[in-house]
Amino acid sequence: MKLNSFPSSLYLSLVYIFFYLPILVLIIYSFNNTQYSLIWHGFTWHWYHELFSDGALWNSTWHSFFLGITAATLATLIGSLAAVCLYRYRFFGKQFLNGLVFILILSPEIVSGASLLILFTLLQLRLGFLSLLLSHISFCIPFVIVTAYSRLVSFDKNIFEAARDLGANDWTIFFRIIFPLLWPALFAGWLLSFTLSLDDVIISYFVAGPEFQLLPLQIYFMVRAGVKPEINALCTVLFSLTFVLIVISQLILRKKT
Amino acid sequence: MKADNSFKTFALSIVWPWLFLFALLPFGLVVIASFMGHNESNLLALPATSQNYSQLINPLYLLIFEKSFFIAGIATLSCLILGYPFAYIIARMQNRWKNFFILLVIIPFWTSSLIRTYALIAIIKAKGILNTLLISLGLIDQPFSILFTNSAVIIGLVYTLLPFMILPILTNVERLDTRLIDAAHDLGASRFTTFARVIIPLTMPGIIAGCILVFLPAMTIFYIPDILGGAKSILLGNLIQNQFITAQNWPMGAAVSTMLTVVLAALLLIYAWVNRGSKKREWL
Repeated sequence: MKLNSFPSSLYLSLVYIFFYLPILVLIIYSFNNTQYSLIWHGFTWHWYHELFSDGALWNSTWHSFFLGITAATLATLIGSLAAVCLYRYRFFGKQFLNGLVFILILSPEIVSGASLLILFTLLQLRLGFLSLLLSHISFCIPFVIVTAYSRLVSFDKNIFEAARDLGANDWTIFFRIIFPLLWPALFAGWLLSFTLSLDDVIISYFVAGPEFQLLPLQIYFMVRAGVKPEINALCTVLFSLTFVLIVISQLILRKKT
Repeated sequence: MKADNSFKTFALSIVWPWLFLFALLPFGLVVIASFMGHNESNLLALPATSQNYSQLINPLYLLIFEKSFFIAGIATLSCLILGYPFAYIIARMQNRWKNFFILLVIIPFWTSSLIRTYALIAIIKAKGILNTLLISLGLIDQPFSILFTNSAVIIGLVYTLLPFMILPILTNVERLDTRLIDAAHDLGASRFTTFARVIIPLTMPGIIAGCILVFLPAMTIFYIPDILGGAKSILLGNLIQNQFITAQNWPMGAAVSTMLTVVLAALLLIYAWVNRGSKKREWL
């Protein structure tokens, strides 16, 4: 069957246009010198100026980044420990943990959000940075486990035997062998966690408090209030950032696998 | 030599408590909350009751369940029809651009669906790109408005979830043994027969995985109906969000969440049962 034929290429192009046209339009409009019209009124940085002079927005940007970095780092630590356990050890409940990882990835975010809200309320934890951090770490962990685990299974198990024979204990093996070999996957997992955290709307919607506003939530409220060119600029910035992060993480993952 | 288990103990003593406290316990709490009541001073109050569930049988709620299933089903089917040929073509590509093409699907996979939903507005609103294009091509003479209708919600769902259909199918087709296709041809099967009786059954795990990954979020991404569907479009996700945040009726919201989880879990179990024995998915 010939696949590089004209209909195939046409079909691919149409779907890619479907994927990217809206984003492209969004980016173009963020530079359009008009408030409402569809027609091109000339190039402007105005909406970006507006955006960057908006104090509340800067605040939530800073919050989102700080939360994303902290959550991604802690999720990577915990997730990599879990992946190593799943890979190297037999322990009580291993099958259960395996299943749990997939259940957590597939479980509806809205149920996780609601359930964490109930938990934090019962624990009398004030909704704010801490509740967001705990939630974000939790929903990122399964993704780190999957990324790290799929790299671990490509290792030659004899390395660990050799290290053990040479007198290394599990700590040494973790820090001197697993960690250096695993770091591309961990970095990719970190980036994915950071992106997930930066983009999350549903879970944050439930567990965010009034003092710690996040960027996606602010976008959500702005969009609901009405379409403004400022949002185009904001979305363009955020999209470009995610784009760069994804490309980097893909390059890292591809190179060594 | 006695094995030193301190690392294993350390790792497990972080992983287990964490997952217990922030994954298992909260869900248990949802189930418990769904059997409670509420009053003016307490979000959750005893005595235990099954009233929330009996209320779910109310036609109003059943209608929301039905509508969510319907809309999510249509979105899933559209993603499958649109995504399968796409994934197939890319998976069978054999040039150096292939990875680049895959990357172009992964980017929307990981990009904020909120931003992508928002981006759709400019395309489908009454004075948007789509109408302008269709009018200038002479295909229609009146702009038609799909924004704030169910169609807009479905388009939004397809747009944001299509990569979740494409990627598992793509991985599946890539692993397909092409000799089986050649064998089918050699044995006289037409292209259609080969497709229907060889290729489709062999890629069924990918198809089912894709359908699950589209169907599950489709029912619960509350901001897509919220942004594209207007106030009329209340789906399950919006219902849960409403009960928890606006109406402050947590027990009811918890009951809906529990029902939803039970239904989804049943679907997943069916999938696991159908797919038993085959290798675990690797595309995530």
